[in-house]
Amino acid sequence: MKLTGLQIFKLLPNTNCRECGFQTCLAFAMKLAARQVSLDACPHASDEAREKLGAAAAPPIRLVKIGGGEREVAVGEELVLFRHEKTFYRKTAVAAQVDDRMAPEALLARVREASSFSVERAGETLRLDLIAVKETAGDAARFAAAVRAAREACTLPLILVSRDPGCLRAGIEAAAGSRPLLWGAGDGNAGEAIALAKEFSVPLVVEGSGVEETARLAASAVEAGVHDLVLSPAAGGAAARLRDFTLLRRHALARSLPGAGFPLIMAAGGDGYDGAVAAAAGICKYASIVVLENPEPWQYLPLLTLRQNIYTDPQKPLQVEPGVYPIGDAGEGSPLLVTTNFSLTYFMVSTEIEASEIPSKLLIIDAEGQSVLTAWAAGKFNAEIIARAVTDRDLEKSVPHRRIIIPGYVAMLSGDLEDKLPGWNVMVGPQESADIPSYMKDVWAKAAS
Amino acid sequence: MTAPSFRASGRIRTVRIGGTPADGGSRGEAVEVGGETCLPFHRFEGEMPLRPVVAWEIPDSTPVDWCETLREPYAGVFDDPVAWARFAVERGARLLCLDLRGAAADKGNRSAAESADLLRRLLGAVKVPLIVKGPGPGERQNEVLTACAEAAQGERLLLASAVEEEYKTLVAAGVAFGHAVTAETPIDVNLCKQLNILMTDLHFPPDSIVIDPLTGGLGYGLEYTYSVMERIRLQALGGDEMLQMPFICFVGAESWKVKEVKVPEEREPSWGDRARRGVLWEITTAVSLLHAGAAVLVMRHPAAIAAVEKAIDGLMEGTEPQRAQRTLRMG
Ligand code: B12
Ligand code: SF4
Repeated sequence: MKLTGLQIFKLLPNTNCRECGFQTCLAFAMKLAARQVSLDACPHASDEAREKLGAAAAPPIRLVKIGGGEREVAVGEELVLFRHEKTFYRKTAVAAQVDDRMAPEALLARVREASSFSVERAGETLRLDLIAVKETAGDAARFAAAVRAAREACTLPLILVSRDPGCLRAGIEAAAGSRPLLWGAGDGNAGEAIALAKEFSVPLVVEGSGVEETARLAASAVEAGVHDLVLSPAAGGAAARLRDFTLLRRHALARSLPGAGFPLIMAAGGDGYDGAVAAAAGICKYASIVVLENPEPWQYLPLLTLRQNIYTDPQKPLQVEPGVYPIGDAGEGSPLLVTTNFSLTYFMVSTEIEASEIPSKLLIIDAEGQSVLTAWAAGKFNAEIIARAVTDRDLEKSVPHRRIIIPGYVAMLSGDLEDKLPGWNVMVGPQESADIPSYMKDVWAKAAS
Repeated sequence: MTAPSFRASGRIRTVRIGGTPADGGSRGEAVEVGGETCLPFHRFEGEMPLRPVVAWEIPDSTPVDWCETLREPYAGVFDDPVAWARFAVERGARLLCLDLRGAAADKGNRSAAESADLLRRLLGAVKVPLIVKGPGPGERQNEVLTACAEAAQGERLLLASAVEEEYKTLVAAGVAFGHAVTAETPIDVNLCKQLNILMTDLHFPPDSIVIDPLTGGLGYGLEYTYSVMERIRLQALGGDEMLQMPFICFVGAESWKVKEVKVPEEREPSWGDRARRGVLWEITTAVSLLHAGAAVLVMRHPAAIAAVEKAIDGLMEGTEPQRAQRTLRMG
C-alpha cells in the first residue's frame, strides 16, 4: 500500500538534522511519498521505518526469476486488472512439458522442437520460454535422467514437476546451478518442498485447493524464508480457474490477502485443441506461466501471437522509423513500394518482399503507426502525404524508372497520386502482402522489362 | 478475507433472435443472448444467465476465397447453401449466419429478390434462427436486407449491419418487420455509443441491437478490439444504458484471411501442421473475444466451432457464488 507523506513522517526521527539535504524531516517525507528520493539519504532512519517503507515500495505482485543468463524468465510485477488501464508488463511465460516416461528420443525431439521454435513477428521474436519436466513414476533416478536430458538439449530454464521430495531433490541436483522452478509444494509435502527451495535457493510453486488455502501456504513459505513463489490454486475446470485467478489478482493488487502477491501458474492439459484453449484463456486472464502438457508445434504460433497481442500496449502502436528501406541489394532499377510505419504492416510487407527475392526499396510513410486502411481513413496516408515523401526524399533521382507500387487496399489513391507526382507511374499492388511475390514475378517483371 | 469483488450497477440487455410460431415465425426455438450483471463468465459474483452462442457461417454462393483447409470439411455441400445449412444443424448448430456476399457487384451481383428467395428456402429447410449478413454498407445492402426482412416477417432475424452513415433503412426494416439489427462501429467506445443512440432515437428498441465492435483477427488488430470490448462492457455494467447491448464478433471471416492459416508446412516447417494451426487460429481468436465479452461468435471451421462450444461449456460450469463486500472502481 502506498504511504502518505504524513504516515512516512511519523516513521522518521523528527530531529530535522538536515543530513538528508532537506530542511525538515517533514519535507523529506513528502519527497519520499512522491518517490523522488530514497530513504537511504537519511542516515538516522530506524529499521522499522526501512521495513515499512520497503514493503510499501514493493510491487503488489512479486517479480520472480527462473533460470539465468540470456534466457532467464521473469514473471510478476503486474499492476492492473485490465490492460487498457496501463499495460500488462511481464509476458506470460509459455512452457512445453516432457515427462520421465517418454522414450529418450521422443523427449529430446520435443525439447528441441520447443526450444528451437523462433518466429519474427512485428518486431518481436516469438519463442517458448521454459521446459517443464514432469515426474510420473516416483523414481528419483529416472526423473533425474529426464531432467539431465532436457538440460543438455536446450538452454531454456526448467520447471521440475513433482510432489515427491526425493524426486525433487534428485531433479534439482540434476539441474544444479540453473535455478529451476519447483512445482511444488502442496498438501502433504509442503514442509519438505519449502525446505528444499530454501536449501537450494530456487523459486517454488505452492499449490492449494482454492484461493485461501493457496495464499495461506504461500504466507507460510514466506515465513520460512522462501520469497520467490508462484501460486497454483489447483481448482477444477475453466470456470473455477478463471474465478481463482481473478480473485488472486485482485487480492494481490489490493494487498488484501497475505500470500496472494505472487505470479500465477497453470497447467494447460487435455487432448486435441483443449490444451491450447486452456492456454489461450490463461494468457488473457492472469496466468504468468502456462505449461502446455501436450505441446505440438502447430500450437506455438497461434498462442505466442495471442500473447503478443495481449501484452502489446494498446495505446502505443509499435512503429518503425519512416524512410526508404532497401531490401536486398537494391539499386536504381529496383521496384519502389510504399506503405505505413505501423510495425506489423512493415513487417508483413518486408517479409514478403524478401520472399520474392527481388531487391526492392520500401518507402515508409509516417502514419503515426497505423495500418494502411486505418491511416487512410484517418487521413494520414493519402496522395498528398505520399507525394510529399517522394519529393522530400528526392526519389526521382534515386528511382529513375519513376514507378511506385501502392497497397491494393488504397487503389483509390492512384489517380490522385499520379496528379500529384507528374512523370510518375503509379502501380496498384495486391491487397494482401502474401500476394506480393507473385505480383513481383508477373506484373512488376513485365512492367520493368 | 473476502476478495474485492466487482459489483455491477447495470445489466446487459437480453436480445432474442428467432421467431417461433407464437411470434408469427417458424423457428423451433429462439436463441437469447445477454443478460449479464457480471464480467464475462464471472458467475461467482453476478449473473450470466445465458450462454454465448456460436453461429455457423453459411455463404450464399461458393466461397472461392476460402482456403483449402477450410473448404475440406464442407466438400459435399460447398455449392449448396441449403444443404450446407442442414449440414450445420445436423452437427448441432443452434444459430446460422447467412452471408449474402453474392449480392455484391463484384461477387455475383445477385438481386434482392434472389437473396430473399434463398432466405425463404433456408427458413423452410431448417428450424434454427438466422443472422442475415449483407454484402456491406450501402445502397445494395439496404435493398437486399430490406427484401429479406420483408420475406422473413415474424422470424426475428438478426440483420447485419447498420453503420453510422447508413443505419436508417435497416432500422426501418427492423421496426417494420420485427427484426433485430447489429450496430457496427470501428473499434471505438464513443462511436459505438453514438450509433446506439442514433438508432434508438428512431424508436428502435434497444433490446433489438447487438453491437459489432468490428474485431480484427488474432495478430491483426485483436489487441485493440479486446480492450475496446472490455471498456464498453465495464462502462455498460457501470450503468451506461446506451452500451448495454450484447456483442457479436465475425471471428471466422477475420481469422481465415490471414497469412498464418494458409502457409503450408513445407514452407515453414517449424509452424507445424497447417490444418490444425488454422483451426487453432480461429479458436484462439474466439476464446480471447469470449473473455472480452462476446455473446455471438460467427465462425467457420467445424472443428473450431466444436472446440469453442466445449470451451464455453467449461466456462459456464457452476462456480460457487461469493458474497461481495468491497466494490471495485470501474471503468
Ligand atoms: C486495429 C484497427 C484499428 C486500430 C489501429 C491499429 C493501427 N495501429 O493501425 C484503431 C482502434 C486505433 C483503429 C482506429 C480507426 N479505424 Co481501424 N481498424 C483496425 C482493424 C481491425 C485492423 C487493422 C490492422 O491492424 N490491419 C493489419 C495490417 C497489417 O494491415 P495493413 O496495414 O492493411 O497491411 C496489409 C495490406 O494492406 C498489405 N499491404 C500493406 N502495405 C502494403 C504495401 C504494398 C505495396 C502492398 C502491395 C501491400 C501492402 O499487407 C498487409 C497484410 O496483408 C481494421 C479492420 C480489419 N479487420 O482489417 C480497421 C479499419 C482499418 N479501421 C477503420 C476505421 C474507419 C478506423 C477509424 C477512422 C475509426 C474512427 N472513425 O475513429 C479510426 C482511425 C484512427 C484515428 N482516428 O486516428 C476502417 C477503415 C475503413 C475504410 N475502408 O476506410 C477498417 C477497415 C474497419 C472497417 N471495416 O470499418 N483501427
Ligand atoms: S536526515 Fe533524516 S533525521 Fe535528518 S532531517 Fe533528514 S529525514 Fe530528518
